[in-house]
Amino acid sequence: MPSTVVAELRDITIAFPGVKALDGVDLVLRAGEIHALMGENGAGKSTLIKALTGVYAIDSGTVEVGGRPRRFSGTADAQAAGIATVYQEVNLCTNLSVGENVMLGREVRGRLGIDWSATHRAARTALELLGLQIDTRTSLSSHSIAVQQLIAIARATVLESAVLVLDEPTSSLDRSEVEQLFAVVRRMRDTGVAVLFVTHFLDQVYELCDRITVLRNGRRVGEFPTAELPRRELVSTMLGRELARLEAIEDRALAVGAADSTVPVLRVEDLGRKGVIAGASLELRPGEIVGLAGLLGSGRTELARLLYGADRPDAGHAEVHGRPARLSSPRAALAHRIAFSSEDRRSEGIIPDLSVRENLVLAVQAQRGWARPLSRTQQDAIVERYMTSLGVQPPMPARSSATCRAATSRRCSWAAGSPRIPSSSSWTSPPAASTSVRRRRSSVRSRTSRPAASRCCSSRRSSRRSCASRSASTCCKTGISSPKSSTRRTSTWMTSSP
Amino acid sequence: MTAPAATGAPRLGGRGRSVRYRLNAWLPVLATCVILVLMLGAGQAVFGDFVSPRLLSSLFDNNPFLIVLAVGMTFVILTGGIDLSVGSVIAFSGLLGAQLFAAGWPAAAVLPLMVLSGTLIGAVVGVMVAFFDIQPFIASLAGMFLARGLAYVTSLKALPIHNDALNWLLGTSWGVGDWTTTPGVLLSLLLVAIAFWVFHYTRFGRTVYAVGGNEQSARLMGLAVTRTVFLVYLISGTCAGIAGVLFASYTQSGNPLAGLGMELQAIAAVVIGGTILTGGSGYVIGSLFGVLVYGLIQISITYMSVDSWWTYIVIGVMLLLFVVFQRAIAARRRR
Amino acid sequence: MIALRILRHRLFWPIVALVLLVAINTLSRPSFLSITIKHGALYGSSIDILRNSSQLMLVALGMTLVIATRGIDLSVGAVLAVAGAVSLTYIEASPEPGSVGTVTVAVALGLLVTLVLGAWNGFLVSVVRIQPIIATLLLMFAGRGIAMLITKGQITTVTSAPYAEFASGVILGLPVAFLIAVVVVAIVGLLVRRTALGVLMEAVGINPEASRLAGVQSRGIIWSVYAISGLLAGMAGILYSSNIMAADANNAGLNIEVDAILAVVIGGTSLAGGKFSIAGTVIGVLIIQTLTTSITFLGIPPAVTPVFKAVVVIVICLMQSRRVRGLLAVRRRPVAPSVPGTAAIDASAAVSK
Repeated sequence: MPSTVVAELRDITIAFPGVKALDGVDLVLRAGEIHALMGENGAGKSTLIKALTGVYAIDSGTVEVGGRPRRFSGTADAQAAGIATVYQEVNLCTNLSVGENVMLGREVRGRLGIDWSATHRAARTALELLGLQIDTRTSLSSHSIAVQQLIAIARATVLESAVLVLDEPTSSLDRSEVEQLFAVVRRMRDTGVAVLFVTHFLDQVYELCDRITVLRNGRRVGEFPTAELPRRELVSTMLGRELARLEAIEDRALAVGAADSTVPVLRVEDLGRKGVIAGASLELRPGEIVGLAGLLGSGRTELARLLYGADRPDAGHAEVHGRPARLSSPRAALAHRIAFSSEDRRSEGIIPDLSVRENLVLAVQAQRGWARPLSRTQQDAIVERYMTSLGVQPPMPARSSATCRAATSRRCSWAAGSPRIPSSSSWTSPPAASTSVRRRRSSVRSRTSRPAASRCCSSRRSSRRSCASRSASTCCKTGISSPKSSTRRTSTWMTSSP
Repeated sequence: MTAPAATGAPRLGGRGRSVRYRLNAWLPVLATCVILVLMLGAGQAVFGDFVSPRLLSSLFDNNPFLIVLAVGMTFVILTGGIDLSVGSVIAFSGLLGAQLFAAGWPAAAVLPLMVLSGTLIGAVVGVMVAFFDIQPFIASLAGMFLARGLAYVTSLKALPIHNDALNWLLGTSWGVGDWTTTPGVLLSLLLVAIAFWVFHYTRFGRTVYAVGGNEQSARLMGLAVTRTVFLVYLISGTCAGIAGVLFASYTQSGNPLAGLGMELQAIAAVVIGGTILTGGSGYVIGSLFGVLVYGLIQISITYMSVDSWWTYIVIGVMLLLFVVFQRAIAARRRR
Repeated sequence: MIALRILRHRLFWPIVALVLLVAINTLSRPSFLSITIKHGALYGSSIDILRNSSQLMLVALGMTLVIATRGIDLSVGAVLAVAGAVSLTYIEASPEPGSVGTVTVAVALGLLVTLVLGAWNGFLVSVVRIQPIIATLLLMFAGRGIAMLITKGQITTVTSAPYAEFASGVILGLPVAFLIAVVVVAIVGLLVRRTALGVLMEAVGINPEASRLAGVQSRGIIWSVYAISGLLAGMAGILYSSNIMAADANNAGLNIEVDAILAVVIGGTSLAGGKFSIAGTVIGVLIIQTLTTSITFLGIPPAVTPVFKAVVVIVICLMQSRRVRGLLAVRRRPVAPSVPGTAAIDASAAVSK
């Protein structure tokens, strides 16, 4: 069917200091079509979306919407040009009501200013189209994240745009909500809207999308009609590797978990926090890597944070090496030599303006207290050890960590945890009680299994990468284990405890 | 917050939930009202003849300029900002008026210029905050220096003002029996009403709340954040200019030391009125009540004929109570 | 390369400003830099600047630490007034106002009270978690009331030779007040830089959440920073009251918080917290004091000072502003500030491939 081009990005290049995030990428969106944007994490999907929605300025290339060249200097510009966006993180105002969030900037105005009953009526209509029966006068914050996501989508529908960008909108929705959303997206497509859909779930791509653009390493690999690109080929196109090699990894995966004789390094029972997790149990044994599975919002990150004391658990108890332990704060967890690498490295992992050295030794220094500073020699020893073992390049400890490439600073933040932890006390995050996950084996990429300091890693990115090769309905979390600097690679998936 | 169980329910939030939401939002304002009533009750119980039309009238008559300042400050604080320049603007505006009146200018020209002098300072602060991302505290500090300095440049000493139009504002008394009011008070109440309308019935007003709630989201929602932030300081400056006119009328003079610390009084009134300093929550009506509470404390302390410094302490304690109260509400909401 | 590094050093512009100010003063009146010795004490405009800057120096020092943790302390002026009120009221009430013992107790008492007031601020900020501006605003309001309560609203004047020494005394030809400031700056400098306190403060100031996850006990650090700020304001209060030998609850330390914040900012410490420079603050204080002095010195009416300060603040803020820096550096940046972290993660992911 010959459909008109609504938006066209040509030869887009965006560079960040030290890296080209996008390199000459093209993207064509057609009216009445749902277009999937695929690629591994870091392929440049988000950057491309931000270029389209006016968040980033482009270095070179052209953006045309509705046949006219555009130069967006902000999100408002893009919206005015008819591009509505729903972001992965809910970007609404929790201090306002549901109806206001849907209609903000589009309120129905009467003679005496905003006509609130008409505004709320319009909001209610938009929500009902999504199958949501919500009192629009309730506070946004009184609704769950999933509902807030649907509200954000309702907002996008109100804008009556020519282009609808959905940046991983389904990651926090359950199956029935996804169905509702898809129905709405299809309806919008049928009215002639061009939809750009970004997701990690391959099933959803094949269920919904008409066309796929694949990005890899900031370049466009190609644009394919969905019908002409089988699933396996899509995966290998995204990864840029032979399928056979990917399958070989599967064969290497090990069955672990039989070694029940050892005392668990960490054991928690019914660990929970009101309104977050309803009580989860798990055991971690020396030398083990445990993957944590569950969708976003299932409680995997939240449980990892409880284990580290980043959030204070209010139920259950924990044992470290068989002895009861209170993991009430990061400090307490660190004292038990439990470390943590946040999924949000920039805001939770590093201290940007401090040097790499200061970042590396921070946790150790914090344990010692301010009155007993580490000497320069001690600092250098720690820095030296972790710079080499984590492969931090370039080895410039005096450099401000804010100026480092992000990958480097990630490694710094990893090491910054607690370098003195003996390698035996390794453990990772377990699955949350609320998730239902198929039993699965997974491979741990070699990068994450470097002999690093033992960490609880709840990295969403690394997990996505390792599951990109399989049906994406499950995602995993990986942790690192490093028995005496050997690079033993073990991994296991735990099924969820009921 | 991320309770997965809640997502499946098709119908969310009944009537009760929306009522509770609005009640929660108005709770701090209600608390201020209750405190006001309790203070009046306590005064009545202790002094016998405390609550009278005269007292209630003077609550307004003594502080019309503070009401106007608080209105402007509410705009700023709701976006999560702060404006320290307003007190100095009163001095600048007053002295400018005094000089122009002395030079024989007509009131029809002088009064708008006095207001515009505040708008000008507000614009300077607004440009710094909105376009240059300078912290509101510092930007308005610069505005405060600028206005105070310009006041001194205008005149080094206090100047009397003799102008009928200016005197009329607060010098005329209208009333029935002991209930009295002045044109200036009515003007300040009119401004409160206009502000309420702007906040709740215009897109600009809603954007103010959105920016205060989550500036990042507001930007991504395509709202004109930069323009809104700029306008908010412009409004605050303009209100300060109007307050300058009222203060000049109140004191019948311009004084380089006028309005010293008055920005803090305005902030205190807004906070006591239930507006949260991080922005996004509060009502301009609350700020009016905040000024009344402030005025009542001042009057009670004169009434009790204890020393004036108790005002500071009582206001300080009052602020503490409100801030802790707000913290508690915020903490409860998060859970 | 070296020239560039000097140019990039964050103390470069403050120092240039200070040198410029001194140069202008010296050119317009060559006696500005001359120092004479009378009765074993040094005299001269520069010595006056040093002596007069001591109060601001102490307050700004505390402010530097508070600002490093992403806070602010508005109450220093009021706390300063309280210290003077407490000490002088005690001396006035004591039978022997002139004895060293009385003065020692008076000073200790004054400092103790201000330490408690500072700790109160710290409590509100670190435990109750009230925004620093608000938490200290409370004491800014109530503090002066407390000071007046102590002095009963009077301006308490006393005669006590030992107490007067703080402001007017001379040791080795230098004013005692200046020496006190130097010693305190040195002690605090050693305290924060020779221990890990400074780095931990910066960590808390730059990224409180990451610091918490790294096990930094921010509560104790923030608490002590406000306590120190209170104590230093108290010392400044002793110097102030010793200077006029009167406890003036209304005017003592009026607007000193503003000058102190200004000095810290001029010295290159960002109000957003994080990396701080005590040396920068010292230079900032000297700039402000020299500016104030030179305005009188150059025959400009002192009333115009606020305009000068406004210009200084605006220029410095604009220099620090991202937009202006972006214009100067011609480096690309997002049109709108991105969702925190996402840009970085995108970039990082691309790199880590």
